[in-house]
Amino acid sequence: MQDLLYFSQQLINGLTIGSAYALIAIGYTMVYGIIGMINFAHGEIYMIGAYTALIAITGLTALGAAWLPLILIVALVCAMIVSSSMGWAVERVAYRPVRGRHRLIPLISAIGMSIFLQNYVHLAQGSRNIGFPDLIEGGFQFGSDDAFQMSLSYMQITIFITTLICMTALSLFISRSRTGRACRAVSQDLGMASLLGIDTNRIISATFIIGAALAAVAGLLLGMYYGSIDPLFGFIAGLKAFTAAVLGGIGSIPGAMLGGLILGVSESMTSGYLSGEYKDVVSFGLLILILLFKPTGLLGKPEVEKI
Amino acid sequence: MAANNYKHALFCAIVTLIISFPILGLNLEAEGVKITVTGAETSTHIAILLAAVVVFVFQAFRDSFMGALGKLPKLNPLVNKKPMEQSKRVKLESWIMTGLVVLALFWPFFVSRGSVDLATLVLIYIMLALGLNVVVGLAGLLDLGYVAFYAVGAYTFALLSEYLGASFWVALPAGALLAALFGLVLGFPVLRLRGDYLAIVTLGFGEIIRILLNNWTNLTGGPNGIGGIPDPTLFGMEFGRRVKEEGNTSFHETFGIAYSGEHKVIFLYLIALVLAVITALVIRRFMRMPVGRAWEALREDEIAARSLGLSRTAVKLSAFTIGAFFAGFAGTVFASKQGFISPESFVFLESAIILAIVVLGGMGSQLGVILAAIAVTILPELAREFSEYRMLIFGAAMVLMMVWRPQGMLPMRRIHIKLKKQE
Repeated sequence: MQDLLYFSQQLINGLTIGSAYALIAIGYTMVYGIIGMINFAHGEIYMIGAYTALIAITGLTALGAAWLPLILIVALVCAMIVSSSMGWAVERVAYRPVRGRHRLIPLISAIGMSIFLQNYVHLAQGSRNIGFPDLIEGGFQFGSDDAFQMSLSYMQITIFITTLICMTALSLFISRSRTGRACRAVSQDLGMASLLGIDTNRIISATFIIGAALAAVAGLLLGMYYGSIDPLFGFIAGLKAFTAAVLGGIGSIPGAMLGGLILGVSESMTSGYLSGEYKDVVSFGLLILILLFKPTGLLGKPEVEKI
Repeated sequence: MAANNYKHALFCAIVTLIISFPILGLNLEAEGVKITVTGAETSTHIAILLAAVVVFVFQAFRDSFMGALGKLPKLNPLVNKKPMEQSKRVKLESWIMTGLVVLALFWPFFVSRGSVDLATLVLIYIMLALGLNVVVGLAGLLDLGYVAFYAVGAYTFALLSEYLGASFWVALPAGALLAALFGLVLGFPVLRLRGDYLAIVTLGFGEIIRILLNNWTNLTGGPNGIGGIPDPTLFGMEFGRRVKEEGNTSFHETFGIAYSGEHKVIFLYLIALVLAVITALVIRRFMRMPVGRAWEALREDEIAARSLGLSRTAVKLSAFTIGAFFAGFAGTVFASKQGFISPESFVFLESAIILAIVVLGGMGSQLGVILAAIAVTILPELAREFSEYRMLIFGAAMVLMMVWRPQGMLPMRRIHIKLKKQE
């Protein structure tokens, strides 16, 4: 019974982190699916989302807002607007001019952008980590008082529900709306889509905006969950989310969701049963193994190399 | 059209406001557990507004701006000049290189200890950049975990001296060979991957090495690092005031001169210089050899190169291993210079800086990379008040380089021979 409780605790922790990873991973996977580049600065967009949310929460509290859902929703909207604008601007400034050149050129440009954004926030907000207020407290406890207790906090439930809402909205948007259909068309064949009258530049911008907005949601959720943020915290999270995207098959949106969950669970199992220090080693090791043995990921389509 | 332009410009200006105002204009301040938001200084707010106005004006009159820019007489007289004749250019380049080396040889005797120390660091970066240049510039493999091989070299020296009492001269080949071995072992499986996947895998590998160094406390001392790494000796002569190891003599007593701390610094600088020159010369040779041509052939067109019988794995692996070898070299010198190393010195940012040097200098071009290494290391030292903007400017420079001049400052030009047309 004890072991089972401990195991389920790790599972819950893993799924919580994993669903947030999945939100970030969607940004990577959509961009890769459409223009075939790794948006290295995506982790920084997520970090900026978290900062904006914290600024908004603190500002609203200072102004006297007391109703918690209102504060959270306003903070979420602010974070999404700022992150999306950032995503749009980054694509415009750093990626559009180099689109279609040799593969490495957009990637180096993206790395430069990532360093730039990291230091932009670092200079503006300082390098120290800042505590995120614990707004959603409490939770359910399972198990007897004198032994290991499994806990499911309200924060974790909030993360699950928010992720679920976002994923459903995204799936509906991609499958039903006009822009979503255009997105799918562009990701299948960019040249053909543009011949058929789809404004591909607009669709690519839309992809960046959607990815950035979801990353901002993840930024708010994970910032609250971890309890503190700093300018570097986007980097590792970005790498993890990229791993998740590759794990599920880069370019596939359900793949990113699945990959995020698997990655989160395997990470929390490692820290629960082995050691917390090696959880990053496990996720990077996982990434390397997948790329070596199944580069298309779990749900990805095999890529035929055209000559 | 005009109305559309204004609409777009207004949109751009609003986006500029949105992305700069919350982050720049509002500062989070933590006092204990309480966090407050304060507005930034008025000058910052004015700067943000100004930026938005500039963006608006530029976007609104973009076409006329671009037109005017195109009509401007070329300020740079070199633009219209024909490219220099090839034989002349090669000669000029080798003269510049020789001049640099000669200058570097005599220069340390006339300047302060601090600048010699900085120059040693520049030489270490030159070695690293030349090594990465083989991997990224010549073979076209984007390696984002290059710093791992540098760490292997540095830690080899530190561990050998800590546990076996090895000296610099034993550790130098050992560190370089071990780094090369790491390159070989890592390269073997990953080189099948396509460009951007390779980049991410090497990045993951670099992070794994750093995390291992950080957590394997019994062996590496974890985050505390390893200290007491010995200085290099010259034929058994030590540079300290007193001889530490039995059987050694000290440099200043042998030559009957007064002890000076500068001897050691200059000696280390000269070692780094010799190693950097060796690195440059060896790689220069490699570039002319069949394997060097194969690197570039594979970079330019993998399918064509393979169809002509080049083994993809062997060629890529050789580039990867040679690059790692020189990183190991640089790592050993770095460990000796610092006397203390810890995982802090081998973070991803270091890889990014080395990559930025290669990109800014011009991928594949040795002279360009050397000049870029000098500039990137020395400029922040000269402009100390801007030192915190260093990485910001780096990032921006990488993006701008890729947008405007992806081939770098001094792009590489292949030595080639044109066939004469048959009359």
